[in-house]
Amino acid sequence: MTSAYTGRDDDGEIVACPDGPFLVRGNVEIVLPDGTPVPRTRRTVALCRCGLSTIKPYCDGTHKVTGFRTG
Amino acid sequence: MRIPESRGPASAVLLDILATGGGSAPERDSLRGSVDDALAATEDIFRDDDLQLTLFLLYQLGYGGVDGSDELEWDLTLLGARAALEAALETALRDRVPVPKRPEPNAESVATALFSLTGQDSGPSLSRFVAKKATDGQLRELVVLKSVYALKEADPQSWAIPRLQGRAKAALVEILADEYGGGRAKRMHSTIFAGAMTGLGLDSTDGAYLDSVPALALASVNVMSLFGLHRRLRGASVGLFAAYEMTSSLPNRQYGNGVRRLGYGDDVAWYFDEHVEADAVHEQIAARDMAGGLVEAEPHLLDDVLFGAAAGMTVDGWLGEDVFRAWSEGTSALRRPLPVAAPAQAGQTSTPATGSA
Repeated sequence: MTSAYTGRDDDGEIVACPDGPFLVRGNVEIVLPDGTPVPRTRRTVALCRCGLSTIKPYCDGTHKVTGFRTG
Repeated sequence: MRIPESRGPASAVLLDILATGGGSAPERDSLRGSVDDALAATEDIFRDDDLQLTLFLLYQLGYGGVDGSDELEWDLTLLGARAALEAALETALRDRVPVPKRPEPNAESVATALFSLTGQDSGPSLSRFVAKKATDGQLRELVVLKSVYALKEADPQSWAIPRLQGRAKAALVEILADEYGGGRAKRMHSTIFAGAMTGLGLDSTDGAYLDSVPALALASVNVMSLFGLHRRLRGASVGLFAAYEMTSSLPNRQYGNGVRRLGYGDDVAWYFDEHVEADAVHEQIAARDMAGGLVEAEPHLLDDVLFGAAAGMTVDGWLGEDVFRAWSEGTSALRRPLPVAAPAQAGQTSTPATGSA
């Protein structure tokens, strides 16, 4: 039987949600262009992808009412 | 939780048992008969105060408890009465909840179906009314109605953890960890909600307003407990939780706007603002990984995932309609109106215009 072991690292991952935000998990620092860290109060965050969030860079669900499509 | 007042014959028998730490054996045995009689007589189990309070209290024995009743959680006569109520509630749900068309049993199709279901416009928008027009008293009524769940936020969904495996379990726990503050007690959503109640001059003790909330507000949480406490209904539990998270970000932005319009600060607004950001994350995980992941692992649960999602939305929709109707008529949405907290707000009146969300 093949082992399911794929390593112990905790690399970050970004999930591109269809018609929705980018989910960011793990050790990824989110910073402004000048390097200032963006306040982050939860482990997994959703980054706005439609450009219309009122809490950018985070998602607030607005994409759902504007018909935003990713492809 | 302190012992509330009875709302009819079945809850009166149960409350006598709870008030005496168990009552006599004949008294406990009589509970089932009282419940069966009330079930036979009810015209609408969801709006039946006596039945919903009875079931709510029987479930409460397994949450934070009812004062003086620690020994009764696993009492077989009480569990028997609970089972009769649960069977009737599930039958009524399956009879009255419209379930959407079945998608393909893969995660992406399930997520798409749930986003479609939860994106449907289903009546007047309570959140938009709160954002623009609600009075201070109406905001306080809304918060009291929300407190039935929010003071035990995520607890009914936590029952499902050991019933799931793999991707669905990891997703559920990821969401729940955030609901419970990510290890920081002060960030627990139930704690943030209690802070909002305090900021509004309300008592944040669990059950402080139990006598004030109508049957449907209890039914909303009873349905969550029903789904969470039965492994057989794990699909419905997951579906309901997904739908709940997927109908949260946008309304909570409106509620937060209403809170600020009425002059309250961050202590009250935090709970609503927190859910704008948190549930925009949670809804993605809930739809695709939790609900979709469960269906991929156990395709036969697809129908129950849809049923659970629709059930939660239907019951909460009925409650929203009742609240909107009461406010439109210039009356309280509660069984027992709250005392007016701030004299400055006493003369303020506002009624919602009819219209859709």
